[in-house]
Amino acid sequence: MKKSILIISLAFLAIACGNKKSNTQEGTETPLSGTVAIDGSGTVFPVSEAVAEEFLAEEPNVKVTVGESGTGGGFKKFGAGVIDISDASRDIKGKEIELCKENGIEYVQLTVALDGITVVVNKDNTWATSMTTEELKKLWEPNSKITKWNQIRNEWPNEEIHLYGPNTSHGTYDFFTEVIMGESGASRTDYNAVSDYNVAVQGIEKDKNALGYFGLSYYEENKDKLGVVGIDNGNGAVLPSIETVANNTYAPLSRSLFIFVSKKSAQRPEVKKFVEFYLDNAPELCKEVGYVPMPKSGYDAQKEAFKNAMSGQ
Amino acid sequence: MNNLQKNKLIDTTFKTVGLLFTLLGILILIILLYNIIRVGYTRINWEFLTSLPSRKPERAGIYTAIIGTLDLMLLTIIFAIPVGIGAGLYLEEYAKKSRLSTLLEINIANLAGVPSIIYGLLGLGIFVRFFGFGGSILSGALTLSLLILPIIIVATREAIKAVPPSLKEASFALGASKWQTLQKVVLPSSFGGILTGVILSLSRAIGETAPLIVVGAMAYVPFVPHSLFDTFSILPMQIFTWTTRPQEGFAIAAAAAIIIILVITFVMNGVAVYLRNKWQNKLS
Repeated sequence: MKKSILIISLAFLAIACGNKKSNTQEGTETPLSGTVAIDGSGTVFPVSEAVAEEFLAEEPNVKVTVGESGTGGGFKKFGAGVIDISDASRDIKGKEIELCKENGIEYVQLTVALDGITVVVNKDNTWATSMTTEELKKLWEPNSKITKWNQIRNEWPNEEIHLYGPNTSHGTYDFFTEVIMGESGASRTDYNAVSDYNVAVQGIEKDKNALGYFGLSYYEENKDKLGVVGIDNGNGAVLPSIETVANNTYAPLSRSLFIFVSKKSAQRPEVKKFVEFYLDNAPELCKEVGYVPMPKSGYDAQKEAFKNAMSGQ
Repeated sequence: MNNLQKNKLIDTTFKTVGLLFTLLGILILIILLYNIIRVGYTRINWEFLTSLPSRKPERAGIYTAIIGTLDLMLLTIIFAIPVGIGAGLYLEEYAKKSRLSTLLEINIANLAGVPSIIYGLLGLGIFVRFFGFGGSILSGALTLSLLILPIIIVATREAIKAVPPSLKEASFALGASKWQTLQKVVLPSSFGGILTGVILSLSRAIGETAPLIVVGAMAYVPFVPHSLFDTFSILPMQIFTWTTRPQEGFAIAAAAAIIIILVITFVMNGVAVYLRNKWQNKLS
């Protein structure tokens, strides 16, 4: 018996140790080592993952890890000094700022990409081609009485409306409620709250009377299955797209995606280099994973901000 | 209709209904497997197993996740087996019937039913924070060990209970001490059962995601752990991350990863069945 346990254990060990990838070192500079720990928003995760992946080719000895415990979860770890960089799909909140202060964490906030919250409907929905922000507010505000489409506009059908949205742990939820209701977290609660947006996509795809909201990339990937609602902020309806988000005409539902970098961590050369690499490559990489890059001047400003923060130490 | 016919009818009805229910379970399993395999099989190849995670679904692989899972299982075995078997042996062979031992027994039985996320929070409090192990593979393995300990203890006790008393009595009659009897008679003849319990508990541990997310399993880890304090990723975490992505390609990759984890679980269960049969034959 002892023998079989031994064999099983050895097999595990062999698998664990046998496949070490050989690291090829490039360039003439001394290669950096160390770790960069990132956690936070699931929305920003694909961007950070993409940057980490490319950074690995450049600096094979730096161990970059990316988690996705949500914007709030990320800030908790960031404030406790456990991670170097926090991904965030919204601004840092009062309580989180206090936590950072308590533990002496100074940080710099950098914008890495843009995203547009997209209001989507079923493909067969022929009526809701655009909505005003006022109508969105009436529909989504706490204790909203709207249950049928014709309660939003008289000429819309007398049929029940089925709502889909992110659950409260998403930064997307905080942002949408903040912008539309004027208060972060203020929302009606009788809607299908999803943690995985693909569930919302499937729900809306199959239900003629459904309406929901989520990040632009989920709409872009499912364009053939979903309809989109133009947002009218008083200047006519604007459809979300790479262009309208980048030039901010898709207002007010365009948002910035951030990374928060601990100044103390950024003293380490591997973290500093990673952040610089992030800002250099974000324009290209964020497009690849479905987000919208800022104009070049925007990234220059972020690099400047990071430089200033570092020299201000 | 007389009584005999009535009873026969009831008999046949029950048999048919039972058969239908059994088939229903198998049917659902087959539909699930068919769906997963249909979507995922195209992605299963050596490259998928040996590639790092990637933003490009067609390039993404599960190398670090699968190694993370196997390492985690290995560590969990090392921690949980000696403690679990030791506790089971003690409770069954040494502990006197007292209030304390009854309390212990009830507690262990209850622990086996506690939701796994609770163990995650426990692990976060004790191993990650208090002992300062951080979100490391060590914290993960210790948390999983706690999770499967009750199952191992219960399985060990059941296996020992099944050892015929005559064997033990014969050993004692020959003048063997308690430890000698345990070592030479009880343990060898119950080892098949114990091992089955251990492997089944590991099959449960391998699919656990919730407690490990809490403890700190990461979604993107481009290196395999080299020390106990390294960050780690696991297959269920990788699957979870991929299913939430908008791109279709990630859904395919997730299906492929699900096939891999199913294969690992099936192999483990297969080993358990094999060992059980082997030991039973030996005994009789």
